[in-house]
Amino acid sequence: MDRNSHINYILQLADNALVLGHRNSEWTGYGPILEQDIALSNIALDLIGQARYLYQHAAKLAEAAGTGRVTEDTLAYGRDAWDFRNCLLVEQKNGDWGKTILRQFLFSAWQYFFYEQLQQSRDSELAAIAEKSYKEVVYHLRWSSEWVIRLGDGTKESHGRMERALEQLWKFTGEFFVPAGYEKELTGIAVDPAVIRPLWEDRVGEVLAEAGLEVNPGAWMQTGGKEGRHTEELGYLLAEMQFLQRAYPGCEW
Amino acid sequence: MTEQQWPLWEVFIRSKQGLDHKHAGSIHAADAAMAIENARDVYTRRMEGVSIWVVESKYIHATNPDEASSLYDPANDKIYRHPTFYDLPDELKHM
Repeated sequence: MDRNSHINYILQLADNALVLGHRNSEWTGYGPILEQDIALSNIALDLIGQARYLYQHAAKLAEAAGTGRVTEDTLAYGRDAWDFRNCLLVEQKNGDWGKTILRQFLFSAWQYFFYEQLQQSRDSELAAIAEKSYKEVVYHLRWSSEWVIRLGDGTKESHGRMERALEQLWKFTGEFFVPAGYEKELTGIAVDPAVIRPLWEDRVGEVLAEAGLEVNPGAWMQTGGKEGRHTEELGYLLAEMQFLQRAYPGCEW
Repeated sequence: MTEQQWPLWEVFIRSKQGLDHKHAGSIHAADAAMAIENARDVYTRRMEGVSIWVVESKYIHATNPDEASSLYDPANDKIYRHPTFYDLPDELKHM
């Protein structure tokens, strides 16, 4: 097993959680209603918590490989866009509440089945992180599913907004199931995307049907995020998120 | 712009098994399912609870503060209703 592949894989999972957590945190103080502002901020904190465990794990492996000083902070704040391994879906801009909800739903449905499988990983640290995170994701999926149904099956206005959101985001969901090069070398450690694909499709299909939303089954899918080829949105996100550590390296407060 | 507020709900939290649900506060929500979730997100972030009740505030009936004197003052001079006039044996602790 290649240690670099292993580290890249953990970074992919960590970057997914950090980037979506950061996106969600952009809503803090701007939520449509106080209670939902808090709900989404809670999810943001859950995701950033997951990212921390994963970065810490990756940092330990990297240091053991003799790459010099690596910490969760250098991984989160010291890498550039092309080093990030997150899938394209999570870096997409918030848009309106409907788009944010739909992004969360599509991702949570993936994370739900993914963490379920990852608990069987031969990497016991990853398995433990998966077990802990799974409980959080069960709630994220429940919360976001209800909102997708509420908005999709709501007023003409909310339905139209959900249709637009689906049109914008659907093309980024195919990437979940296309293994990156480094994923293929990690038998027993990584989750086989082919296993979760039908589960994800069933669950997402059920919720979208209840919401009265339709997808184009043959839609073209954009990929590349897992290999570091990102949409332009990620650069802006990192510029804001990493600013302080870039301007004042190692700064603590 | 017309702003429609979601209905108000009262939230009751049981802090641990065996204890009563206690009033924690209120939240806005469109329906009961959302009320439970909002209550979870607003009132149990710091491990405050193991069970949640919500009830739409309009279903709570309350006494009128103007009637407080007739309702509650008469109890003021009935100290014999407190079990404070018994001699307890020394062996009895925790009373």
